[in-house]
Amino acid sequence: MKNWRFIITVCIIFITLLTPLAFAESTELPDAAAAAVAEVKIDTGDTAWVLISAALVMLMTPGLALFYGGMVRTKNALNTIMQSFFILAIISLQWVLYGYSLAFGPDVNSFIGDLSWAGFTGVGQEPNPDYAATIPHLAFAAFQCMFAVITPALITGSFAERMRFPAFAVFSLAWATLVYDPFAHWVWGVGGWLRTLGALDFAGGTVIHILSGVSGLVACIMLGKRRGYGKTPMLPHHLPMTALGAALLWFGWFGFNAGSSLGANGLAAHAFVVTNTATAAAAISWVVTEWYHKGKPTILGAASGCVAGLVAITPAAGFVAPVPSIIIGLVSGTLCYLSVSVMKHKLGYDDSLDAFGVHGIGGTWGSIATGLFASKAVNAAGADGLFYGNAEQLSTQLIATFASWIFAAVMTFVILKVIGLFMQLRANEKDESEGLDLSEHGERGYAYQDLVAGFPVLHSSSIGGSGNEALMNEPALGVESHK
Amino acid sequence: MREITKIEIITRPEKLEVLKEALNAIGVAGMTVSQVFGCGLTKGHREVYRGTEYTINLLPKIKVETVVCEVPVEKVLEAAKKVLRTGQLGDGKIFVYPIANAVRIRTGEEGDIAIIDPQN
Repeated sequence: MKNWRFIITVCIIFITLLTPLAFAESTELPDAAAAAVAEVKIDTGDTAWVLISAALVMLMTPGLALFYGGMVRTKNALNTIMQSFFILAIISLQWVLYGYSLAFGPDVNSFIGDLSWAGFTGVGQEPNPDYAATIPHLAFAAFQCMFAVITPALITGSFAERMRFPAFAVFSLAWATLVYDPFAHWVWGVGGWLRTLGALDFAGGTVIHILSGVSGLVACIMLGKRRGYGKTPMLPHHLPMTALGAALLWFGWFGFNAGSSLGANGLAAHAFVVTNTATAAAAISWVVTEWYHKGKPTILGAASGCVAGLVAITPAAGFVAPVPSIIIGLVSGTLCYLSVSVMKHKLGYDDSLDAFGVHGIGGTWGSIATGLFASKAVNAAGADGLFYGNAEQLSTQLIATFASWIFAAVMTFVILKVIGLFMQLRANEKDESEGLDLSEHGERGYAYQDLVAGFPVLHSSSIGGSGNEALMNEPALGVESHK
Repeated sequence: MREITKIEIITRPEKLEVLKEALNAIGVAGMTVSQVFGCGLTKGHREVYRGTEYTINLLPKIKVETVVCEVPVEKVLEAAKKVLRTGQLGDGKIFVYPIANAVRIRTGEEGDIAIIDPQN
């Protein structure tokens, strides 16, 4: 009964809050539309490309779910996939309700957007020339929504296999609101201080990859290592799934980078080409480095390397020429490989799926590399980097990189501390050993599970009785033991 | 009641088909096969994930259990050894157990009659 009352109360609160937003929108629309028609004209090609790109970027989050899902043990496969999948739902709502307004709304002290665009009030079918003059404002907002979705999903790789689902959901919402939205405003919002400073970030090297990677590092240290880390093998349970996820990420990233030109134009084609080139280079350099270091070329290495390349080229995609993009990719693959295979073990933190090693390190390299290789010959709206005679751009990039590291680390620490006061962050020992699929969701990813990568079919401690009895009772397993 | 014996053969998964044929050829028709993991003298192998090495020493094996009465145990052991031996580590083990009783559930018959093929 109490549960029902709670749910109904929440619904009523939402309805009360949302109604004024709905009315506000309907009154403002005619004015804005009339003004816009006079100034700007929608380009159908640009609009089509940005909408397709938004859909491509949307597909990256389920792609990430598969990429991560294949790398965890059998018993945590669903939990890991669910984290990314559920973020797609949470942040999509958050973005419409207030996230977009905080990130891109009218500036408040160069720090954050105000709430005047909450509920997409005034965000309509006419373009907003501040961000994209040739596409509907809604298309821009939807495209940006998908970026806001994938960023917290990237963090889940660092605390995979041990965080409780309720704490995860609250963390993701709080993180998107308090870290992603303000920082996106700093870099991309009109009036944001890093944008004013001239920091270049084409598609989100600082905003997306450094923020998520560094936050992941802080989160995995605060949550602590998985039980048995370093003593029992924690092997990927389904690498074909990981390879499929990596392929979907590569595919979706064309929308991510080439779509960030916000038009169906030459710059989009340029970003498309350098994205593919850097990714290929990084996949090769990761595989070759691992081959040389450990003796075998691995598919996990190829999949990880391609992601490292995609991450590194993200801030640079609209500013660097094809040959520099090869260098960016080659360095990223080797650098990220060394950070996950050597640095992680030297420092001793348990970043389960290397969110920091790939996104934090790759994003940092990409952001700095943009300051080295950017060229006005590629994009007149950009700037020249160090190798094109403009050392100042490199220091601007370093400031933006440093700001993103500090902001992500401090805010993630504070958010987790505060959530920790109200709820349990970490799964308890029994749930962790049994697997979060059963303890958090009451489901299993596979009808039977194997001994090496997960846990045996019969987990006698959770069922009780003899092995044979448990086998007979199997259909009731989820119901019986996880009330 | 004649003596009933269980023979348990743990060996390489790829040998299942030849072993089944060899046992069928000497008149052993019934068997139970399980997928198991085990280690013995075999060292296992090394797997590397993102530069982190793991030694996997529990290797996949199959366990074939068969209970015989009429067919001599020696004959079963000879047939199994002949097809399973490669001379390399990891060929597996054979264990022989005496069985106290056997019951054919369908008819309720007990003892040697429960495991003898009624066709014979």
